[in-house]
Amino acid sequence: MGKTLFDKIWDSHVVKTIDDGPNVLYIDRHFIHEVTSPQAFGGIKARGGKVARPSQVIATPDHNIPTVNQHLTIQDELSRHQVETLKKNCEENGITMYGLNHPYNGIVHVVGPELGITQPGMTIVCGDSHTSTHGAFGSIAFGIGTSEVEMALATQCIMQPKPKSMRINIEGELGKGVTSKDIILYIISKLSTGGGTGYFVEFAGSAIRSLSMEARMTVCNMSIEMGARGGMIAPDETTFEYIKGREQAPKGEAWDKAVAYWKSLVTDADAKFDKELTFDGADIEPMITYGTNPGMGAKVCEYIPTLDSIEDSSQGSFQKSMEYMGFKAGDKLEGKQVDYVFVGSCTNGRIEDLRAFCEAVKGKQKAESVTAWIVPGSKQVEKQAIEEGLKEQLEAAGFELRQPGCSACLAMNDDKIPAGKYAVATSNRNFEGRQGPGSRTMLASPLTAAAAAVTGVVTDPRTIFNL
Amino acid sequence: MPIDKFVTVQTSFVPMPIENVDTDQIIPARFLKATTKDGFGDNLFYDWRYEKDGSPKAGFVLNNPAYSGTVLVAGKNFGSGSSREHAAWAIAGYGFKAVVSSFFADIFRGNSLNNGVLPVQVSETFLAGLFKAVDADNKAEVKIDLENQTITNVSTGESEGFEINSYKKNCLMNGYDDIDYLLSLGEEIEAYEAQAVKF
Repeated sequence: MGKTLFDKIWDSHVVKTIDDGPNVLYIDRHFIHEVTSPQAFGGIKARGGKVARPSQVIATPDHNIPTVNQHLTIQDELSRHQVETLKKNCEENGITMYGLNHPYNGIVHVVGPELGITQPGMTIVCGDSHTSTHGAFGSIAFGIGTSEVEMALATQCIMQPKPKSMRINIEGELGKGVTSKDIILYIISKLSTGGGTGYFVEFAGSAIRSLSMEARMTVCNMSIEMGARGGMIAPDETTFEYIKGREQAPKGEAWDKAVAYWKSLVTDADAKFDKELTFDGADIEPMITYGTNPGMGAKVCEYIPTLDSIEDSSQGSFQKSMEYMGFKAGDKLEGKQVDYVFVGSCTNGRIEDLRAFCEAVKGKQKAESVTAWIVPGSKQVEKQAIEEGLKEQLEAAGFELRQPGCSACLAMNDDKIPAGKYAVATSNRNFEGRQGPGSRTMLASPLTAAAAAVTGVVTDPRTIFNL
Repeated sequence: MPIDKFVTVQTSFVPMPIENVDTDQIIPARFLKATTKDGFGDNLFYDWRYEKDGSPKAGFVLNNPAYSGTVLVAGKNFGSGSSREHAAWAIAGYGFKAVVSSFFADIFRGNSLNNGVLPVQVSETFLAGLFKAVDADNKAEVKIDLENQTITNVSTGESEGFEINSYKKNCLMNGYDDIDYLLSLGEEIEAYEAQAVKF
């Protein structure tokens, strides 16, 4: 029987198999940031050990950093200490770090791909659940806890049970105004927030193939939001074209050799998945979430489900969620008040996302009632946005381009949505308090965020933009 | 670093019949700024547990003296979301030895095991039985026996088996951690590297 793409990469990285236990899995690239690494370095120090393969570890602070006045010292004492601890740990262990104000600084899952560090066939980990982003290149990439960060630093290996396999096919053409964010929000709304738990997902089908690398990254990024260990897409010409010429991409003869290998990274025709699902791209429309987990999503033009459509045992949790959001079962989504708009994060903070937002708001003005934070995913994205004139376009429409970082996605810095306020966010989680204590988040694509930003209410982007 | 050995527990338990409890609820992001593993238990479920001024919220189960014990029993899909191990540190720091649910998110399950907190996955029916027992008597007890991989609703005598791979079971029973094991594989890792596709 043939092998899946996942099996090919996984099996070639198993150092040792433990009977009725996990595999010892070799890790090619290990990304670290300031929040989930200090205790791992502390553990290594306490054992009197050292980092095993510093050249395979890449660091960038992103979670805690401010998105204004980055040239000044970080004001929050605890944040500053954590970022300085990362710097010290990297210096002591010979690890490359793209620190604050470095031209390559940014969100770890934006930086890896744009520097060509992320490549097909690799195993990639990071103490961050959105590591699944890198799966867009046909790599096995997933988030780990700090104990595993310590394992990867100390031995370049981690212990992992092999997950089950799932393939999700999206076939056909996408409608106007439908983006890859809508694809993944649609899938999660169908599978629920735990529907992928225990599985590693391969996304396939003609609608997935037609996506750019940026768009593929958005899909794989949110695999974790349906509980999946990770998501991946087989590499193809789009992938090779994106990687070619990037700073750490293979060059010359090594490039040809790499591409020849990467082309073998496809699921064999006779390979079997533990689970396979197929959706029609034409059924997908602009999506938005209405509740407090990413599975609680609906088409923007639809209504919040009625209580009797929810399973009995889940009604209590559903009502708790509605109470938190200040919504009622059965409410219409269009026209809901929006106070804040956040465009950014490892989900939708890439140049293509900023372009889409700018193109949409061109000739329009930000609604006065809306506070908008447009946050590039990295220094390189910021630079490109300025060079392409996007910053000026944003300013002409009443918006401001901030400096890169994770920002309001998880509100570890000062970018917090106030209690009770509604935010349409292009990020990945709408959990209670995710964007600040009491904040109410509605997840959507950059286009739907643009529609909310210019109207001040939840709006189907197809009704106001020329798409 | 050895972890605490897991020994059989029989205890009253803390019921949290809420589904999809995510790691942002277990420990909100603003408490992740520490560089050690200490003190997270104080901030466990912070936004559900405390008012803005830091006073305890009366309705929350951890603030209700009627409920106590070293086992947390929660609704399905516990620990979804962020990979933050701080969630496991908070649960361990508060004093819980095990979490019982009908479904766990993968990363949380791994993080718990790596910190000596046992995730016990039970059937929906068994879980409902525990919630029913604690509704009737808030001192109802649960017994978790790792060696025999069984959990018992002491009020009803009903027992159920639970899954754990024998490697992890051995680690928990003996207080071993994965890092010591991996460090012992130095030669095998080098042999792997010698034959691997180079990147």
